Amino acid sequence: MTRSFTMDKPDERRRLDAMAQGVIGKPLSRPDGPLKVSGTATYAAEYDIEGAAHGVLVRAPRFGTLTALGREAAEVMPGVLGVFSSDEFLRNPAQGTADEAPVQGTRDIAYVGQQVALVVAETFEQARDAAYRMELEIEGTGGAVDPEAVEPERQDDETVDQGDLDAAMRAAAHSVDQVYRTAGHAAAAMEPHAAIASWDGGKLTLYGSYQMLNFNKNELADSLGIDVEDVHILSPFVGGGFGSKLGISQEAIAAAVAARGLGRPVSVVMTRQQVFEGIMRRSETRQHVRLACDENGVLTGLGHESLVSNLPDEPFAEPVPQSTHFLYGGENRKISLDVARIHRPAAGSVRAPGEAVGMPVLENAMDELAEAAGIDPVELRKRNLPDCHPEEDIPYSSRKYAECLEEGAKRFGWADRNRTPGGLREGEWLIGHGMAGASRVNQTGEAAARVTLHRDGSATVATNMTDIGTGTYTVLGQIAAEMLGLPFDKVRVELGDSKDPDGPGSGGSWGASSSGSSVFIACEGVREKICEALGCDEGDLTLKDGDAIHGNTRTPLSDLLDADIEVEGKYEPGDTAEAYVQAGYGAYFCEVAVNRFTGETRVRRMLGVYAAGRILNEKTARSQCIGGMTWGIGTALTEELAHDPRDGHIVNHDLAEYHVPVNLDVPALDVVFIKERDDAACPLQSKGIGELGFCGAAGAVVNAIYNATGVRVRSYPATLDKVIAGAA
Amino acid sequence: MRPFDYTRAESVSAAAGQAADGATIIAGGTNLLDLMKLQVETPGQLVDINRLPLAEIEETDDGGLRIGALVTNSDLAAHPRIRSDYPVLSRALLAGASGQLRNKATTGGNLCQRTRCGYFYDTAMPCNKREPGSGCYAIDGFNRIHAILGASEHCIATHPSDMAVAMRALDAEVEIERAGGDTLTVPAKYFHRLPHDTPQQDTVLEPGDVITAVTLPRPPSGEQRYRKVRDRASYAFALVSVAAVVDVRDGKIASAALAFGGLAHAPWRDERVEEALVGEAPSAALFDKAADVLLKDARGYGHNDFKIPLARRALAATLIDICSMGDEA
Amino acid sequence: MQTRLTVNGEEAALDLDPRTTLLDALRHHLKLTGTKKGCDHGQCGACTVIVNGRRINSCLTLACMHDGDAVTTIEGLGTPGDLSALQQAFVDHDGYQCGYCTPGQICSATAMLAEARDGWPSVVTDDLTGAPALSREEISERMSGNLCRCAAYSNIVDAISEVAE
Repeated sequence: MTRSFTMDKPDERRRLDAMAQGVIGKPLSRPDGPLKVSGTATYAAEYDIEGAAHGVLVRAPRFGTLTALGREAAEVMPGVLGVFSSDEFLRNPAQGTADEAPVQGTRDIAYVGQQVALVVAETFEQARDAAYRMELEIEGTGGAVDPEAVEPERQDDETVDQGDLDAAMRAAAHSVDQVYRTAGHAAAAMEPHAAIASWDGGKLTLYGSYQMLNFNKNELADSLGIDVEDVHILSPFVGGGFGSKLGISQEAIAAAVAARGLGRPVSVVMTRQQVFEGIMRRSETRQHVRLACDENGVLTGLGHESLVSNLPDEPFAEPVPQSTHFLYGGENRKISLDVARIHRPAAGSVRAPGEAVGMPVLENAMDELAEAAGIDPVELRKRNLPDCHPEEDIPYSSRKYAECLEEGAKRFGWADRNRTPGGLREGEWLIGHGMAGASRVNQTGEAAARVTLHRDGSATVATNMTDIGTGTYTVLGQIAAEMLGLPFDKVRVELGDSKDPDGPGSGGSWGASSSGSSVFIACEGVREKICEALGCDEGDLTLKDGDAIHGNTRTPLSDLLDADIEVEGKYEPGDTAEAYVQAGYGAYFCEVAVNRFTGETRVRRMLGVYAAGRILNEKTARSQCIGGMTWGIGTALTEELAHDPRDGHIVNHDLAEYHVPVNLDVPALDVVFIKERDDAACPLQSKGIGELGFCGAAGAVVNAIYNATGVRVRSYPATLDKVIAGAA
Repeated sequence: MRPFDYTRAESVSAAAGQAADGATIIAGGTNLLDLMKLQVETPGQLVDINRLPLAEIEETDDGGLRIGALVTNSDLAAHPRIRSDYPVLSRALLAGASGQLRNKATTGGNLCQRTRCGYFYDTAMPCNKREPGSGCYAIDGFNRIHAILGASEHCIATHPSDMAVAMRALDAEVEIERAGGDTLTVPAKYFHRLPHDTPQQDTVLEPGDVITAVTLPRPPSGEQRYRKVRDRASYAFALVSVAAVVDVRDGKIASAALAFGGLAHAPWRDERVEEALVGEAPSAALFDKAADVLLKDARGYGHNDFKIPLARRALAATLIDICSMGDEA
Repeated sequence: MQTRLTVNGEEAALDLDPRTTLLDALRHHLKLTGTKKGCDHGQCGACTVIVNGRRINSCLTLACMHDGDAVTTIEGLGTPGDLSALQQAFVDHDGYQCGYCTPGQICSATAMLAEARDGWPSVVTDDLTGAPALSREEISERMSGNLCRCAAYSNIVDAISEVAE
């Protein structure tokens, strides 16, 4: 049977709180952990497919028009089986949730690094060498690569022009009017993009590494011009995503085209350099922020006007002001988002698109305003929490931002900090403290899952949802175990098979809530069946430790069932998505040491306090948050895609020169969750946490650098050159 | 990686002979294989010298050390004599790369490391070092990690080694066996070249030369420091590094040896900087004067302009530390 | 190219293209895919294995250079039903998320603990001539050759600290 639910009004039943098993929220270890730590979890390129040949992608060294492939030199190399290039090849990956093919074809080369061919050989070594032998002929040059040197396109749906910000700025008791910049980022998931394609007649099996199989199967089918029923994608383990595997990408189509042409399976793994160039980057941004407040620090005006970039015809613009719209008040508002069309590699979602770079900047500006107004930064934020959405007259669902600020300040010892910039020194090191708020919009997506309660009293959850490290295997198991009253190890979770019911996919921090809700709904259906079998009402049923309890009777489920109970649960977002401002909130507090000679910054202490509705598993949620805070450290201090000023190519397209934080960059991180139930978010009362822990984190680090040194760095990352330039 | 013939060397002289005939010598391989995968290096023949008996560290008659070319960076850094008598070298090694890489990387191979310039690493881009005459794309490109001293219009690459910087400060010497059996000793000062109009030549090594050892003179007097400034806390190449050996006696600098990484195509040492310090009492003003000497001819290319003030600051920090000046400066 | 390796205690005789890295020999020829390819250039540490007792990046060495060598991979440290102490500590402390860097982290940490026992210093060791104590900072520095983009570093250090004690 199928059981559906649409989130049209807040679910105040809080069913999970009424259950008896007691596993929900607990910091259980991942059931997939033993596989991961023993090297027996199987990732995309690791399936032992009989007869698979190896393909290596070929990169265009400049942009223009591809007039000839120059394939002959490659084709004659030993072991080479073929060189493939077709109109089906992708210019770049599909954007997240695209559900259809992205721009295709290899004739128009839009950026340096576009992958225009695949060389396939018996061995990887042969294919890799032959790929270098290709003699591509490319005509035409020119095209803008500097986002600030072209006339941009305005994104009308992000534009707000309310009241008179200019007048508010003029009349303000205190104000900030600054331009900030953030660098482009790479998702840099540790597993490079990989696919093994295998055809059986007209049916394609693809072992891949993707986040959203529910969309990816359609993107793959559409790219190849085949029926979605003929596509089968398997991604049970994904070696990190962070947005970079939201959409189907080049290696999948290239592998499928080559496998079809050769009549044998083909495995394609992007090189790390190809991942940097061919996979979505986060756009660099230019952000003009204006804040106006009265003598009490209450905002009267707020401006956040941003410029980002992307390729022509690419339907994504880094939504920089996403949280700015609703986080703080100020009746006079000017918010906009412009896109420069340039020939840098494609831009798309990288963890927490929008808030990842918009929030740190907003929080830097708030720090500057706090200083100008002589108000404590924590207090300034608390004074500016509107009663309802400042641009649209809708209420907040649940907002524990003030609680996060207060709890964080208390735990961190914020009141005891040195307040004079540059006033605290330990030897060579200047010590500073900074804070920032966290905010991330919360959303859910359509999701389905099949829950089977087996006759032996165990259960299976199946959906084509993915676990990209987020803990899906764990939390879906916990939800089912809680709802069905089963020990956690009696629930088996099957993910990453596109043939299973459509999950929401992992992205936008919506996976756990959406997919979890579908499991919850299916479990409600299972419980109804149990009630029928027992002849009792749902309200009288308790399920615990594999037993059904009602009245004075306690019956093992294995005794009760004469057949499996199978229910497919379907969850759909509904009216609460529009009727409430839904977001997760938090606060960061950070201590840095900045070398007074060299400007090197080390984060010594960092605390994140979050409110994201119900926490489904304290351990995996905490891991998401420490991961997010580390991304904040990277954004603040080290991460920057360096584009060549002439052709826009990514010069630092490897992990030696694109600096993701290393272990020594990160101190022991402290995470605290504020208890919350958000009834409007989903039937679990949970909100997304995978991105929240990152949104604004970089701002706390940079605010701490100011407190340490007196230097305001307004261009991310705050590398040492910018610190010493300000100190000079 | 292009196809190649792989052979294992039977002796140093055999390796030298093969190298003279065009073979490329592989030791740790951590840089060579990296470059071969990208076809920046395309040897037709590889001679593996890893099993030659060049992995010993021996005392020399004058109280110094002779370090076999195949001693790994890890073993060298952990050697008791290096730790106690040449800490600048131990620290430079430990500041480099990662534990895994140091376990493979060798003393001789480290000296032969090639630049990390992004244009050198990308065969689609012009680069005079990789393809003489094709031009330098870094000069007007993204050049954050590039040279501010001793560069030429043909190349602004930097040498990435930490180890070599410490060896330069320690007045090490490189022992080489040539094809045909001749041996020669090259002071560190002359081993790495500046680019001039032949940036393809990183060192004075000629085809057929095999590095067999590096010798260190007896330990210098005074304190030793290695300061590495980089973009993340670990596992990153130096933006600027300073290897310093300074002896302060009776309140005055009696001797100083200062070598710098990240500034030039070779570990950079300018004796005039040391002359400016010797005989003087340590002071912030003196260190500033020394930096003036060091940076007199420095030139930035845009993204790397910051290295000029950074080198000044790194020098001051190192000297304040090594002269135990605490908060006085 | 005939190459003999002892992998996790078992002899393996391989006939390889000399261009085959130790990493690709393990993954493609011996089907030991626990060792991961993250960058193929010694820049991430996902391919870390232990050769003759020492951790190295298996991507930056040729298999033929290791004829006769003893290689330990993640599969040789423990199995899902019989985890090593470090493997179990990674599970307990959630020292991973996606799991892709994890085998490299654990191989690296296993050998790193042995290096520390042997008294090897690191760049953050104050006294180069003394015996280093494995503080958080020491562990972090010694593990900095293993990137984790999920950024479980804080938990990884907790896991290693527990086993180091």
